[in-house]
Amino acid sequence: MTTSLFVGVFAGAILSGTSLLYATLGETIVERGGIVNLGLEGVLLVGASVGFAVTVATKSAWLGVAAAAIGGGLTNLLFGWLVIVRKANQLASGLAIMFFGVGASALIGGPYVGAVIAGLPKWRPSFLAALSWVKPTTLFNYDILVWCVVPIAVLVWWILFQTRWGLALRAAGESPTAVFASGRNPAVFQLQGLLVGGVLGGLGGAHLSLSLTLTWAEGMTAGRGFIAIALVIFSKWHPIRAIAGALIFGGAEALQLQLQARGAEISPFLLDMIPYVLTLLVLLAWGGAGRLAAPASLGRTFYGSE
Amino acid sequence: MSAERSIQGCRSFPVLRLSARYAGVAAIVLVVFAGVLLLAGKDPIKAYADTFRYSLANFYGFSELLVRMTPLILTAVAVAIPSRLGLINVGGEGQLFMGAWAATAAALLLPWLPVWILLPVVTVLGFAGGAFWAAIPGILRARKLVNETIATLLLNYVAPLIVSYFIFGPWRSAESSAYPQSPAFPEAARLPSLFNTRINFGLFIALTVLLAYWFLMEKTRWGVDMRSIGGNAEAAQRLGIPVATYVVVALAIGGGIAGLAGMEEVSGIHHHLTQGLSPGYGFTGFLIAWLAGGRPLGMLLMTFLFAVLISAGDILQISQGLPYSVVNILLAMILFVVLNRNFGGRWSK
Repeated sequence: MTTSLFVGVFAGAILSGTSLLYATLGETIVERGGIVNLGLEGVLLVGASVGFAVTVATKSAWLGVAAAAIGGGLTNLLFGWLVIVRKANQLASGLAIMFFGVGASALIGGPYVGAVIAGLPKWRPSFLAALSWVKPTTLFNYDILVWCVVPIAVLVWWILFQTRWGLALRAAGESPTAVFASGRNPAVFQLQGLLVGGVLGGLGGAHLSLSLTLTWAEGMTAGRGFIAIALVIFSKWHPIRAIAGALIFGGAEALQLQLQARGAEISPFLLDMIPYVLTLLVLLAWGGAGRLAAPASLGRTFYGSE
Repeated sequence: MSAERSIQGCRSFPVLRLSARYAGVAAIVLVVFAGVLLLAGKDPIKAYADTFRYSLANFYGFSELLVRMTPLILTAVAVAIPSRLGLINVGGEGQLFMGAWAATAAALLLPWLPVWILLPVVTVLGFAGGAFWAAIPGILRARKLVNETIATLLLNYVAPLIVSYFIFGPWRSAESSAYPQSPAFPEAARLPSLFNTRINFGLFIALTVLLAYWFLMEKTRWGVDMRSIGGNAEAAQRLGIPVATYVVVALAIGGGIAGLAGMEEVSGIHHHLTQGLSPGYGFTGFLIAWLAGGRPLGMLLMTFLFAVLISAGDILQISQGLPYSVVNILLAMILFVVLNRNFGGRWSK
């Protein structure tokens, strides 16, 4: 009984952690460039609704995933227009993107409420399926977005820390003036970072609607965007540590579902609070320690060379 | 020449200048949103005409605008007070729910009290519920542990769950099976309504709070202290202003005022604690305070504009079959236009 609970939580943690990890990786790239996007919740909603609508309309989950990635990227570029080109306040612009995402996703997903989709195909490698303790469970039976997420985290790490582009992006997040003085335009790197981050956020949203729930419902992201922003702080702006963070928070959600499914004598509303309270507690425990790891110019607007 | 004079004429009347500016923003947004409605296959002219007909052009519709304005004034002040310190309170929604929850607790647990005791107790508890909910991020921020923006946002998701727990559990009314809600408020715990409409005494509370906010900020030492903290917290600290105390108290008072909005909704409008207390009043209040730069008169004008928008959301839902959340696109567009023109005032830097 306890082992099956453990396996259930672990399998669930991977499933619900996937969308969180995509969102966290996207926000990590954006924040490494010195931009805070509080509108991540809106990006996830756009990804989830566009992905679902295109999947229903074309009957192809693959096109849905592609459309969600494009939708997420475009939403982040809209944000980039405001905060980088027009130099608007990042927090207010982020909230504007959140409102935009809530409204636009309701409009896009509205006609498809209740539609039935097959979702992304799942696949389990035969050598894993042959193991006796894996066979009766849903463990390792995942779709492509789950299988790709950890390699993508490693890729994000490689791009951020091992390439010239990553160096320039991180420099733009630490000291845009220095990047400017070296003859590069920090705004270009930040916009490219936002585009990549938006694509990842769109994929996170797509995983929610096309794999995890197989439905579209208004506000279905339920604050995952904000939890992902907290996860970025938790992982100290590092893509590899973000994997652990996403697993812990995915685990909290999975534990809550497992307890409900097993008829625990706890109100589901109290269980639903776990992810948010856990996020606050983690931020609290990390306290000031995380701030030292933050990009030095995070959230500041660069007005050009001074 | 005459245009120039009229602009100068406007300058000497802040109301006219503010109204002209807000009307300009509204015009741009209405044109763009008409495009969105066309894309969705709806008729924007009919939508706008319906909004005008059902909200501005008759007495009942107009009274409903005042009903909408009441919680919005309160949630806007709830954001404006901490913003004087440079704090961003995006938790009005959660604070509203906790205010409604605490007010309901008073109404259900002390129904035998006479009206002149019970109603003040309900009001004070409504304030206390919201204040408690905002004091948590306040303390975390004052101790430099957690950024108040993230903390207030996260608590928005917890408060409605607490309300749901109570109305599905201990406070579930026996009469409501399909649509869970608390038992009805006793008469003594209901804010009196006015002119046979849904306008209630809460409107006076809201206007009093707005006036008190203006007085506090412009005429008292506290207002000066708060502005100096917002300008340069470190300098203020060295001048001997207790910055940490101000941070906690300002957020708690702001939260308490958002709690009053929840109290007003539950005691003046619904008379039951329900899940559907607020169509995003907390978030809309943030927009109002931000767009008006925390200026009392600007907030009053903006509140009116947003009351019209929220009614438009209802009307779009009923007459055009669009989800209510679509009104969020309108809110976002107002922000986009303002951010793009970069005249957000104090918070634009």
